[in-house]
Amino acid sequence: MSAVLSLILWLPVAGAIALVFVPRDRLGTIRMLALATSLLTFGASIGAGLAFDRAHAGAMQFVETRPWIPSIGVTYHLGADGLSLPLVLLTTLLTLLCVIYSWRVDARPKEYMILFLLLETGMLGVFLALDFFLFYVFWEISLVPMYFIIGIWGGPRRAYAAIKFFLYTLLGSLAMLLAILILYFNATPRTFDILALIQQQPLSRNLSLGILAFWGFFLSFAIKVPMFPFHTWLPDAHVEAPTAGSVLLAAVLLKLGTYGFVRIALPLLPEAFARLAGVVAVLAVIGAVYGALVAMAQTDLKKLVAYSSVNHMGYVMLGVAAAAAAAGHSELAGAAATALNGATIQMLAHGVITGALFFLVGVIYDYRTHTRGVDDFGGLGARLPVYTGVTMLAMLASLGLPGLMGFVAEFLIFLGAFQIYPTLTVLALVGVVVTVAYFLWAIQRIFFGPLNARWAALPDLDARERWALVPLVAVMVFVGVYPRPLVDAVNLAMVAILGLTR
Amino acid sequence: MTHVAWIIPLFPLAAFAAVMFWGERLPGRGAYVSIAGIVLAAVAGIAVLFEVLGGARADLTYPWAVLGARPLVVGFVVDPLAAVMLAMVGVVASLITIYSVGYMHGDPRFPRFFAYLSLFQFSMLFLVLADNFLFMYAGWELVGLCSYLLIGFWFERPAAARAALKAFVTTRVGDFSMMIGILILFLHTGTLAFTGVFHGIEAGQIGGPVLTLAAILVFGGAVGKSAQIPLHVWLPDAMEGPTPVSALIHAATMVAAGVYLVARTYPLFLLSQGHQALQVVAYVGGITALFAATMGVVEDDIKRVLAYSTVSQLGYMFMGLGVLTYSAGMFHLITHAFFKALLFLGAGSVIHVVATNNMKEMGGLARAMPVTFWTFLVATLALTGIPPFSGFFSKDAILMAAYTHDKVLWGLGTLGAFVTALYMGRLIWYTFAGAFRGGAPVPGGSGAGGHTGGHLHESPAVMTVPLVILAAGSIALGFLEHPFDRFVHFEGVEAAPFHLGVLVGSVLAALAGWGAAGAIYYWRIIPSGSLRQGFRPLYTLLVRKYYVDDLYGWVFLRAGGAVVWLAGAFDRYIVDGLVNAAGVVTAQLGLVLRYLQTGREENYLLLIFLSVVVIVLVRFVR
Repeated sequence: MSAVLSLILWLPVAGAIALVFVPRDRLGTIRMLALATSLLTFGASIGAGLAFDRAHAGAMQFVETRPWIPSIGVTYHLGADGLSLPLVLLTTLLTLLCVIYSWRVDARPKEYMILFLLLETGMLGVFLALDFFLFYVFWEISLVPMYFIIGIWGGPRRAYAAIKFFLYTLLGSLAMLLAILILYFNATPRTFDILALIQQQPLSRNLSLGILAFWGFFLSFAIKVPMFPFHTWLPDAHVEAPTAGSVLLAAVLLKLGTYGFVRIALPLLPEAFARLAGVVAVLAVIGAVYGALVAMAQTDLKKLVAYSSVNHMGYVMLGVAAAAAAAGHSELAGAAATALNGATIQMLAHGVITGALFFLVGVIYDYRTHTRGVDDFGGLGARLPVYTGVTMLAMLASLGLPGLMGFVAEFLIFLGAFQIYPTLTVLALVGVVVTVAYFLWAIQRIFFGPLNARWAALPDLDARERWALVPLVAVMVFVGVYPRPLVDAVNLAMVAILGLTR
Repeated sequence: MTHVAWIIPLFPLAAFAAVMFWGERLPGRGAYVSIAGIVLAAVAGIAVLFEVLGGARADLTYPWAVLGARPLVVGFVVDPLAAVMLAMVGVVASLITIYSVGYMHGDPRFPRFFAYLSLFQFSMLFLVLADNFLFMYAGWELVGLCSYLLIGFWFERPAAARAALKAFVTTRVGDFSMMIGILILFLHTGTLAFTGVFHGIEAGQIGGPVLTLAAILVFGGAVGKSAQIPLHVWLPDAMEGPTPVSALIHAATMVAAGVYLVARTYPLFLLSQGHQALQVVAYVGGITALFAATMGVVEDDIKRVLAYSTVSQLGYMFMGLGVLTYSAGMFHLITHAFFKALLFLGAGSVIHVVATNNMKEMGGLARAMPVTFWTFLVATLALTGIPPFSGFFSKDAILMAAYTHDKVLWGLGTLGAFVTALYMGRLIWYTFAGAFRGGAPVPGGSGAGGHTGGHLHESPAVMTVPLVILAAGSIALGFLEHPFDRFVHFEGVEAAPFHLGVLVGSVLAALAGWGAAGAIYYWRIIPSGSLRQGFRPLYTLLVRKYYVDDLYGWVFLRAGGAVVWLAGAFDRYIVDGLVNAAGVVTAQLGLVLRYLQTGREENYLLLIFLSVVVIVLVRFVR
C-alpha cells in the first residue's frame, strides 16, 4: 500500500498518455478510456480512504519519500492526513463526475479529456506533495490545463478570461516562489521538505523576514481562494469556462488557496500569520458580505454562483484567520480547533455544493435554454420538478440549511471564530442573511411564478445528468445529518497542525 | 417509551421519504402513508405524556463532534414541557393531515403536499425534543423551510412565491439574532446543552447585562418565528398557502415554537438582572396582542383576520411568560393550538365551498354548513374568552398575572380582549349570518378544487370529523387548567393571586366586543360605512397596517436594492477596473518599449555609443 498515493497521482497521467494514441475519430473509445481512468483513480482514492487509519488522522499516512534532486535537497515526498485525504477524495470524485457530465462534448473531445486528466494530477499533486519543490511544480501544472480548457472550450470572451486567469494566478505563484526561497535559504540544513521546515521553524527568530515570506504566500493563496480584492478573475473565468471547467475551478482549484493557508502558512509561519491575522480576517469578512451583495446584483446565473464562491470562501478564511490569531493562547486552543475544523469542512462543503450548482447551471444552459439570465426563466418548477428539487436542495445547502453539509461547516466556523473575533463574526453572519436573500430570490425568479411559455417543452434531467448529481446530493445530505466521521478525522489533523503552531 | 422518545420524529420522517420518492404509487397517493406516520407519532406522543405524568423523565445525550479536545454533547430531553408539546403536535397534526385529504383533493401536486407535511411534522417533533441549542436551531430552520415550501406550494401564483420568500427572509432576520445569542452563551459557558448553559448561569459564568443581551437576542429568534412586532409582517402574507398549512404551521405549531423556545430556555430570562429580559418579552407580547388585533378589524380576507388573531394570541402567550405565569403561557399555547386550528380548518371548509377568501362575498353559510358553523362558533367563543370555553381559562390566567405584575400590560391585554371579540364577531356575522352575497366564482380566490357559489353544501366527512374532534378539545381542555398548572410548572415561579375583578373585567370586555360587532355588522345600529367615514385617518392607518410594510419596503427593498446595485457597480468598475487598468498599462508599456527592440544593428550600436559617451561624461564630471 505504500505506493497508493503515487498510484492515485499518476493514474490520470497514464490515462492521458494512453488517450494520445487513440485516433481522434474513435469517440466511444476516448470517452470510455477517460471514464475508466477517472473511475480507477476514484476507486484508488476510496481504497486509500478505507485503508486510512482514522484514529491517527493527524499523522501523515501512506508516506512516500524518494530522493529526486539530492544536490539541492529536493525529494519526491508524498503523504496524506485528515486534511488532504478528504480533499483528494473530493478531487477524484468531481473529476469523475465531470467526465460523466462531459459525455456529450463533441468539440475536440480527445484534447478535452486529456486536459481534464492532466488537471486532475496537478490538483492531486498539490494536496499530496510534502516537498515545496514538488508543491510548486504541481501548483503551476494545475494552471496550464485550465488555461486551455477556458481558452478553447470557453464562451465568447474566453481569450480575455483565460489570459486574466493565467496572469493573475501566475503573479501570485511568483510571490510564493520568493517566499519558498526565503524559507529555503534560511533553513539549516537547507531543504525543501515541508514537514522538516515546519519542524525547523527557520523564520521563528526573524519576524520581519517571516512577515515578508507570509506576504509572498498570502498573495499567491489569496488570489487563488480568491479573497477580496483579488477576486475579479473568478467571475470572468467561471462565466467563460465550459461547465465541467467551472465545476473543477470552483470545487477544487479554489481549495488550493485555502489548503495552502492551512497546510503551509499556518504551521510554517505561525508568528507572522498571528501578527497579520486581523488583516486576513477583515478581508475575509469583507469578502463574505461584499460577495453576497454582489451576488445579489447579478442577473447571470453563473456569475451569481461565482460570487457565491467569493461569499463562501470568505467564511473559510475567517475560520483560518481566527485559528491563526489564537496561536500562542492556550485558552483559545479549543476555539481555534473549532474554527479550523469548520474552515476545512467548509472547503469540502463548498466543493460539493458549488460543484453541484455549476453542474446545474450547465444542465439548464448547455443543453436546454442556452441562456443564463435569471430573469429569462420563470415557472420552471412546474415543468422540471426533478431539476427544481435538486437545484433548490443545492441552493439551500449553500445558504446553510441545517441537515445539509454547509450548515455543519458554517456553524463550526461561527462557533469557533466568535470566541476570537466576536465583532467580525457578527458581521459575517450578516452575510448569511444576504446569502439567504439572494438564493431565495434566484429560486423565486427561476422556478416560481407562471411558466414562461418559451420553456414549455423543456425536458427534465436525463440519466447521465442524474448520475453526475446524485453522488453530490448524497454527500450533502449524509455529512449534514451525520458529520461525526468527517469531523473526527478533520479534527485530528487540525489539532496536529495547530499543535505545531505553539 | 420515554427513553426511546427520539424515534417519534422518525415516523413522519420515514413517511416523508416514502411519499417524496414513491408518492404516486403509494396508497391514497401518499396521503395514507403520511397519515400513518403522524398518527403513530401521536399515539407514541400520548403514551409518553402518560408515562411522564407517572413521573418518567429522560435526557439522552451523545457527543455530536469532538472539537480540539472538547466534545460537543447534544441530545434529547423528555420532561413535562416536551411531553405536552409532543402530544399536542401529534394530535393536532394528525387531524389536520386527515382533513387535508379532503381539502387537497384533486390538486396535481397532491403527494408533494403530504410529503412536505410529513417533513414539517418531523422537524417540529425534533425541535420539541431538543435538549440543546444546536438541535433546537436545526429543527427551527427546518420548520422554517417547510413553512417556506408550503406557503409557496402554489408557486405559480406570484403572490404565493413572494409570500414564501418574505416569510423565510423575515424569520431569518430573527434567526440571525438568535444565532448571536447562542454564540454569546457558548462563549461564556462552553456548551450548547440547555442544562449546561443554565448551570453556567447559576455558577456565574455569565450574568449581568451580557446575560440580558443574550436572552433578548435568543428571544429575537422567537420574535421572528412567532411573528411578533417588529417581525410580524410575514404571517398575514403566509396565508397564501393552502389552508391546512395555515392551520398546522401558521397557527397551531410552528409559530408557537417561539413561545416554546422561551419556555424551554426560561432560566435565561428569569435569571437576567432584575427580570429585564422578561420585561422585554412581556412588553413585546403585550403590545403585539393589541396591535395585531386592531389590524384584524379592517381585514376582509377571512384567513388574514385569523392570521392577525394568531399574532395577537401569540402576544398573549409571550405576555404570560413575561409576567411569570409560565404555566398559563404554555396552557394558552395548547388551548390556542386546538381552537385556532379549528378556526382555520373551519375557514378552509368555507373557502372550499365558496371559493373565495373575501368575507364580503360570503354570508348566510350557517344554514348551508351547520357542522362548520357550530364548530366554528365554539372555537370563536374559546378565542374571545367566553366561559366555559378553553380560551377563557388560559387567557384569564395570563391577565390575572399581568394585573398583579404590571397594570399597563393588563390594560393592553384587556383592551385586546375587546378588540378580539370585535373582529371575531365581525367575521362570524359577515360569514355565517344574513344572506349569501357571493355568486360566480372569483378569479384568484384560493382553495383547491373549490366549488362555485351556486350549490352551497357542507364539506365532506373527512373534513368535518376533524372539526368536531377539535371542537370537543376546545371545550374540554379548559377544565384541565389546574392539573396542567401542576404538571407544567417552573420551580420558583409563584402563582398570581386570584382577582375576581380581573375575571369580570375581561369577560365584560369580550361581551362588549361581541356587542359592538353585533351592533355594527348584524343589527346595523351604527352602519360600518359611517364609522369608516368618521374615523377616516384611523381606518386608513389600520388598512395600511400602520405603514410597517411600507416602511420595510422602503428600507429593505429600495435602500437595500440601492446598496446591492452599488456593490455590483463598484465590483465591476472599480475593483475589476483596477485589475484591467494594470493589464492595459502593462500592455501599453510593452507597446512603447517594443520600439527599443528594432532589430537593426545600427540602432543598437548607436545606443551603445551614446551610453559609452554618457558613462565617460559622468566619470569626468565626478
